[in-house]
Amino acid sequence: MGLIFYILAAIAIISALVVVFSKSPVNSVIALIVTFLCIAGHYVLLNAQFLAVVHVIVYTGAIMVLFLFVIMLLDMNRENEPHKKWTTKLAAVISGGLLLLVLLAAVKRLSIMPIQHVVNNKMGLVHDLGQVLFKDFLLPFEATSVLFLAAMVGAMMLGKHDKHKI
Amino acid sequence: MEKITNAIQVVPIQHYIYLSLILFIIGIIGALLRRNSIIVLMCIELMLNAANLLLAAFSAYHADASGQVFVFFIMVVAAAEVAVGLAILVMMKRNNHSLDINLLNRLSDNN
Repeated sequence: MGLIFYILAAIAIISALVVVFSKSPVNSVIALIVTFLCIAGHYVLLNAQFLAVVHVIVYTGAIMVLFLFVIMLLDMNRENEPHKKWTTKLAAVISGGLLLLVLLAAVKRLSIMPIQHVVNNKMGLVHDLGQVLFKDFLLPFEATSVLFLAAMVGAMMLGKHDKHKI
Repeated sequence: MEKITNAIQVVPIQHYIYLSLILFIIGIIGALLRRNSIIVLMCIELMLNAANLLLAAFSAYHADASGQVFVFFIMVVAAAEVAVGLAILVMMKRNNHSLDINLLNRLSDNN
């Protein structure tokens, strides 16, 4: 069982690197979809089945299609992106690597609590998750609906073609 | 099903922490490295997903479903963020005819 985890992790990391380093934005989107599918596989391994299904539907089904749609709408498939100076690139990689080093060192000294080996197999299914969501987290749930409304209105406002140019 | 979900007894949680750290750092490096703003947005999605994976891992190892509910909320926020962010990108392309993130320097006061 452990082997599946490592295979999925390797695919996720490689495709995440492809997202960053590929030239064409469409390739980046495809690689990001692969990453998200691997993360959905991790959710299944982590006993979060409903979460995996929602992740596939929302991320790979809706968000990434929206990305692809915008890329095709804006006709960005040409590889004419101006590049940053190599000093900037070097600084970006070095600062990212340093952050990784610091976080890894911090995690290494972490004392992990003893793991509960009582695995509740029904935890990630709709029934139990719905009980938690609508009992303990009802107010945040309602707040997210307000957030969605605000985001919808904002996206419409921004996307509307303005006659008087800003 | 029970056989699949036994993975949490084989893989230690440190490996999940390392995996999501690496994904998060790749997202950070991409956001710093690229000038195409749509790829910067995609790298932000990658970072959000690394955090999601860690939340789900901790929730599984503690047998507590609250972590998974938090992942739902993060997904909602990510969806809203992408909707507004892509609308901003379309507007930026319409006004500047480019998606270069350095053009946003004009927003600052001192040039």
